[in-house]
Order: sequence, then structure tokens, then C-alpha cells
Amino acid sequence: MPTVTMTVNGKQVSGEVEPRTLLVEFLREGLGLTGTHVGCDTSQCGCCVVHVDGRSVKACTMLAVQAEGAEVTTIEGLAADGSLHPLQQAFHENHGLQCGFCTPGMIMSSLELLQRNPDPSEAEVREWLEGNLCRCTGYHNIVKSVLAAAAAMRGAARAAE
Amino acid sequence: MGEAKTAMVHRPLPHDSAAAHVTGEAVYVDDMPEPAGTLEIFLARAPVAHAAIEALDLEPVRDHPGVACVLAAGDIPGINDISPTHKGDEPVFARDRILFWGQPLFAVAAERLATARQAAERARIEMKPLPAVLSIEEARRRGDLVTEGLVLERGDLREGLRRAPRRLRGSMGIGGQDHFYLEGQVALALPGENGEMRVWSSTQHPSEVQQMVARVLGVAAHKVTVTVRRMGGGFGGKETQASQFACIAALVAARTGRPAKLRLDRDEDMILTGKRHDFLVDYEIGFDGDGRIRAVKMELAARCGFSADLSGPVTDRALFHADNCYFYPAVRLESFPCRTNTVSNTAFRGFGGPQGMLAAERVIEEVAFATGLDPLEVRRRNFYRRGGRDRTPYHMRVEEELFAELVETLAAEAGYEERREAVRAFNRDNRWCRKGLALTPVKFGIAFTATWYNQAGALLHIYRDGSVQLNHGGTEMGQGLHIKILQVVAEELALPIERIAIAATSTGRVPNTSATAASSGSDLNGMAALDAARTLKRRLIAHIASRWQVPAESIVWGGGRIRAGDRETSFEELVEDAYLARVPLSATGFYRTPKIHWDRRRGRGRPFLYFACGAAMSEVIVDTLTGEYRVERVDILHDVGDSLNPAIDLGQIEGGFVQGMGWLTTEELWWDGEGRLRTHAPSTYKIPACGDRPRVMNIRMLEGRPNREDTIHRSKAVGEPPLMLAISVLHALSDAVASIADHRVCPRLDPPATPERVLAAIERLRRSALQTAAE
Ligand code: FES
Ligand code: FES
Repeated sequence: MPTVTMTVNGKQVSGEVEPRTLLVEFLREGLGLTGTHVGCDTSQCGCCVVHVDGRSVKACTMLAVQAEGAEVTTIEGLAADGSLHPLQQAFHENHGLQCGFCTPGMIMSSLELLQRNPDPSEAEVREWLEGNLCRCTGYHNIVKSVLAAAAAMRGAARAAE
Repeated sequence: MGEAKTAMVHRPLPHDSAAAHVTGEAVYVDDMPEPAGTLEIFLARAPVAHAAIEALDLEPVRDHPGVACVLAAGDIPGINDISPTHKGDEPVFARDRILFWGQPLFAVAAERLATARQAAERARIEMKPLPAVLSIEEARRRGDLVTEGLVLERGDLREGLRRAPRRLRGSMGIGGQDHFYLEGQVALALPGENGEMRVWSSTQHPSEVQQMVARVLGVAAHKVTVTVRRMGGGFGGKETQASQFACIAALVAARTGRPAKLRLDRDEDMILTGKRHDFLVDYEIGFDGDGRIRAVKMELAARCGFSADLSGPVTDRALFHADNCYFYPAVRLESFPCRTNTVSNTAFRGFGGPQGMLAAERVIEEVAFATGLDPLEVRRRNFYRRGGRDRTPYHMRVEEELFAELVETLAAEAGYEERREAVRAFNRDNRWCRKGLALTPVKFGIAFTATWYNQAGALLHIYRDGSVQLNHGGTEMGQGLHIKILQVVAEELALPIERIAIAATSTGRVPNTSATAASSGSDLNGMAALDAARTLKRRLIAHIASRWQVPAESIVWGGGRIRAGDRETSFEELVEDAYLARVPLSATGFYRTPKIHWDRRRGRGRPFLYFACGAAMSEVIVDTLTGEYRVERVDILHDVGDSLNPAIDLGQIEGGFVQGMGWLTTEELWWDGEGRLRTHAPSTYKIPACGDRPRVMNIRMLEGRPNREDTIHRSKAVGEPPLMLAISVLHALSDAVASIADHRVCPRLDPPATPERVLAAIERLRRSALQTAAE
């Protein structure tokens, strides 16, 4: 079995995988990072979104071996030194979740949007999140959370200048 | 005794697990660390819809390297039936007959799922195909019912129809719906000593899973413990449907002595589990020229699938809501729970009620088109009214006309009259794009119609450090039940929420619970938890009163302090003192819903404690060349009594509405001529996505209107009712389509109103408009 090595949430990890092992399996079963969920197994629901080299990726659609040498960030790696990321904070405060199953994927997808576009319109958020399904919330509070996080991050960026 | 409350209830606190969800820390069954040696299970499915099994040779499967065990019908030590109503019609594994395409035939367990899957291929099956019944029409022709139907009657129908100045008949097809909870069905079973079995299941009904596992294993229920911390969505799809997978995991665990896990992937989940029932409704209405209904006859036939499951109560509830808010002077409603060779349909948010309500609204629409009146006016004219026009078809009195008030307030606030004019003007000026507007009410009965389900238990422990652990019989599926119950207990004990921890729901803590369903989770469990908290508080007050030599009435309890005159102690000190004085610091609580009774045979009673009401107004725009549409604006006014948690309730209203809109617009289940479900993945089955939400959505909860019944802090149930607000979208689409024929023909737009169906309705109306012009 091939060995893969990658950086996950800042730590170098390696493990033996079958060539067909999916990245999501490697994260969940190999590393015990179960915050990344599997909702459809067929790259449609977005529950399994993680970041690979700064881009959001559906981890059920990528092989573990394809992430060789990559920087991977999962929902568990988002809170820096114990304090929630503004997106996590915003989903918490704005009731952006019910059953919570879609939440990690929603947050990881939104993260890339805000990295590319710090000030998205509501319509842009909606379009960006088309690949993330939620059966509980009706999306209203999810969109609200993303917009609130964007505002908070812009505020923090201005304060830092 | 004085009160100084912390006011924990009625506050918009976040979900109890919100912090754990945003960090990914929250654990679902599939996230639990697997014990060493855990087996994975694959289910082999029937390749046809109906056949006699002549031979099933599993030897080659057993011989496959790596297979730990293979189980089929003959390997069940107990009873091969998981029918929730004990009808004996729902085998864990097919016995001698295949009853639907996809039915589990046998299970293969191995350390790796891939091994089990490969091994299953090696089975040899000989079958004799049998004719399959695949549609409601066919099932009705054959008269094959999964359980007895219900008749609700009041007044003289025949006379009512005969004497009505006008009459019409029609029929309506109503589509089903897949639950599409994001977390699929999953169970983990761990065998213990002495025949014990522990099961973690994603279920809304742990007590039933416990009972079923015990039956299937042939052991007493006290050997089986079922635990549920949370589900990734339920919506009714985990009320009975979780049993089969929990039972199979337990069977493998019992047989091998090893932990066993069964997790369905999305396609398996959609193929193997029951859905919302699709219906076929035939109606006959008598009415007068003023749009007043004189008599209604309806036959509601449902596709139940191969077994009864909960189809009896589901079709009953359809009848209970086939009046919605309208008085029928003479009425006869009959249900036909039809047997088909398809998966066995089950509970889904609303539990048949939404289908009944759609039929009621179709009746209103028919009368409106026949009389040329505005549908909203027809609604108003037929509302229940106290004094003579307040009896439902099940002879319960409608004591409060909250729906009428909601409709009038919403119509005024959202500008129904003006916007209706504007829509008509728009349609006059635009040939290809048409707008539609509709305002529909909801009145939904709260309580389980099986009276004995309306009970709940709780168990509260206070530990010596003054921290509290709360157990109750309800399950958390995202609806915010746990935070609401926490608020209730925090309020009663006047403690900060952080001092109370909620434990996973377990059959070992609170026994014989009801399913978390029928919107009743907080109504029932809130009251039971309150009862337990009151018992403990009473004991503590009695203790401190005797210690201080003061009357119990003089004790003031609030904000973590307990006082009487100038004496004062903290909750923690009191608890420790009570412990040393040997006061029991653990208590159970219990609740049974008062007032309700139901005689099914006579079709009479008071099945509901109260009604939850709402009203919604939707505006849509339709492209008449393609049938595509957009929901432009939705205004909602909904009644939640005195909300326990307004943020949670608002989330239920938004989420329920959008889920209902999916059901009535884009979600289409499709079986082919062989009975194979062709829509078993999100690629072909479209639930609403982020961009499908209405452009403008204004939601308001009715304030200052506590529940007139004595419910938990005068709140109302909110889980199911908002789903039916989405009926306004269907009627707005129908209104837009009707403009094609100048509102003279009822479009009879049957849900799901996919763009394809909208286009078909438009073309039908175009033809009829041309015909009228030619005549
Ligand atoms: S599990 Fe990866 S997109 Fe659904
Ligand atoms: S919160 Fe349940 S799926 Fe989004």
C-alpha cells in the first residue's frame, strides 16, 4: 500500500492508504477528524468540504494520494489557539445551524468565498453555496451568518491596518 | 414561596450544540471511535419488485475470504418482523417473497465494507416473478389495503349534495417526498455480557428500536439499551425507519460477538427507506353561487408500499386535515391506505396532514373558479365560526378562530388587495411572463392521535457540587428540543444554563418513551422535565425551611440564591447540606396530555389538545414559454403561542417552509415501469438549494398570544405546521397559470409543480382558451 504524507491542520501526518482511499476516508478513519461529514458520497451535498492548498474541495471526490504533499485544513483546524474563527462565531450567533450536519462543509466553503471576495453580496453568497445542501434551515440563517462573518472580518482587517 | 425568576424561557438562546457543530466536535453515530474489531455490514437488495423466492444459496457468500457472517431470514433467533403496529408484515429480511425493488434479502458482515459488497455478488437466487402493483390506481382497483381505512362523517352528505345549487367533481394527485436528512441511516451495536446489547442509533424513537432489537434477538427488552445523542436531521424519516438497520447491526453483533456498524450510503438510504405518501384524492363538492360550501365528499387514497408501517395513522391524519380551516355542513371523508410493491411509506413532517390540507385548498380553488370569486374571499366565507359552524368532520369543536385573524392581519400587512391588482395589471401587460399571488391559511392539530403516545418522562439528578444532569425521553434532530428543555429546567431552578448538562437520550434513563414526533417534543418532555424539577425544588425548600425553622412559603428562590428573612444560602451549599441530611437529589418527572380522547371506530372525539395556526402569502413569476418560475416574495405570519425560544422557532418556520416548498415544486420521485426508483440521489432528486429560497421572505411570529391551553409556559408546537405554509406557493403558481385562460378555468395544478408540469398546465389552458374563443 502506498504511503501518503501531507500537512493537516498544520501538522505533518502520513499513513498507509489503498490507492483508491478517498481523502475524506483518510481524514475521518485514518486521522479521526470526524468533523468532516459524508452526506451523499457522490460530490453533491458539500458536507465533506475541506481546504486543500487554500482551495475548497469536496473530500469525497479526491483521492488521499492526490493530496500528497498538500496543506489540508479541516473544520477542526479553523479555530486558532482556542478562539473561534469569525465564520464559526457567526454561524453560532446567527443560528446558522439546526442539526449541524451540513455546518462544517458550509463553513469551509464559505471560507474560500470570503478569502476571494471579502465583501460578497447576498446573491453572491447564495450562488457560491449552491453546492452545499442543507435540509434543515432553509438557508436564511446560513446566508446571514456568512454575511455577518464577512463584515466582522473586514472590520478586523481595517483595525489591523 | 416567593419567585425571582432568571427568565430563561422565551429567550433566543442558540442551539445547545451550536459550539460543537461549528468546530466539528459534535459526534454523530458514524463519528464515534470504532471499537477494535468492528464489522461493517452490506445489505443485498432484491433486484425485482415482486417475486417468489425459490432458492437463495448463500454458501458462496459465506465462503468468500474475509466474510465474518452472513444473515438472512432463517438466521433470526427471535421474530422476523419490525412492524411498529405488530402486524407481522414487515420482515427484517425478505422471507419467501420479494415485496419491493431494493428489499433487503440478506446481510454480509466483514471487516471492510468492500469485502462484504464483493461477497454479496456471489449469492445465487432463483425467483419466480409475480405481477407487481406499482400505482395507487391499480392498488385501488384491486382493493388491497395495508390496514383498515377511516371514515369521518357529519351531516347528511347525500342530501347536502342533492340540494346544493352547484356541484362539481375532480381528482388530484399529490406527490411523495424523500426525507433527505443529511445524515443517512446508521447504527452501531456492541454486544455485552449475559446477552446484553448496546445500540447507538440515529433514531427519533429509541424505545421502539429497543423493543424491535429485543424482539428480533429474542431477548427481553431489559437486555437492550439504545442511545441517541443527536441525529443529522430526522423529519419523520427516523421514526420507524431506523429499526431495521439497528436490528441488523444487533443481529450481526449477537451472532459474531463483535461490534457491528451499518451505515447506508445516500443511494441505499433513498432506495431502502420509506417516504412521504403520495396520494390520489377524488372529490365531489356541493356549493352555492356565493362560494359557500354545502357538502364535501372525498376519497383519499395513499401509496403505502408493501407494509402498513405508520400508514394507518398517517392516512387518518390526512382526513383530520382535509377540512383545513373550513366548515363543511355535510361531509364524508374516507381513506384508502393502498398496498403497492414499492418501499413502505412512513412518517414525514406533517404526517399526512399536509396532503389532506392540499385537498381542502383544492376544494376552495375549485369553488373560486366556478363562482368567479377571489379564492381568498371563498376561504373567508367558509371559515369555521363559533356558534353553529364550528364542528369538524371528527366532531371536535373549533374553539378559537386564530387562523381568520392571522389571515386578515397578513392580508392587510402584506397588501393582498393592492398586490393582487398589481399582479393582474402585470399580466395584462405581459404576454409571456405571468405573475401569481395566493394567501393560504394553516390549522394543524397538536397531539398524537394515538392517545397513549401523549405521555413523557424525565429524570433529573443534582450532584453534590450543585451541577445538574437532565435526561428526558425526547431526541435531538436539530429542532432545538434540548435547548428548550434546558431553558425550562434552568427557569424552574433559577440556575444558569451552564449548570445543567443534557445527557444523551437513553432507554436506560427514561423508559417507554414516545417517538419525538407529531411536533410534540417540547410540549411533552418540557412538562415532564418541569415536573421533575418541581419535585426536587420542593424537597430542597422543605429541607431548608425546617433547618431555618421558617415556613416554606417564606423561602425566596432566585438567581442561584435561596433566602428567607436575613438568612441566605447558595444553591450549592443547600445541595450539599441536603445531601448530608439524606434528602434524595434525584427525581423522575412525568406528563400526560389532558383533555384528549379519540374513538376511531365512531370517528368522534377530541384528538387534539389545540391547533397551531399560520398564514402565508406568496408571489411568483412564471415564464409561460418554458414553465420555469421564481418565488419572488413570501410573507408569513405564524402562531407559536408564547415561544419558548423565538430564535429556534423562527428557524423551524423558515426551514419548514422551504422544505414544504421543495415538496410542492422541485422534489419528484420517479419509479419506472419495473418498480425501480430512478430518483435515488441528489443528482436526480432536487431538494431546495441555497439559491432556491424566495427572493424576499418576511416572517413574523404572532406575539402576545399565549396558548389558551395549559402547555409548557403557554408555548405551541412548531415542528410541523410551518411546512404547510408552502401551500401558498403552489396556489400562487396556479394563479399565474390561470391567467392564461383569464381565470375562467381551474388549472388543477397537481404537486410537485415542476417546471415541466407547470408548462403542461399552461398548454392545457391555452388549448381550452382557444377552444372557448372558437366557440
Ligand atoms: S459527501 Fe462529499 S459532497 Fe456529499
Ligand atoms: S443544519 Fe441540518 S442539514 Fe443543515
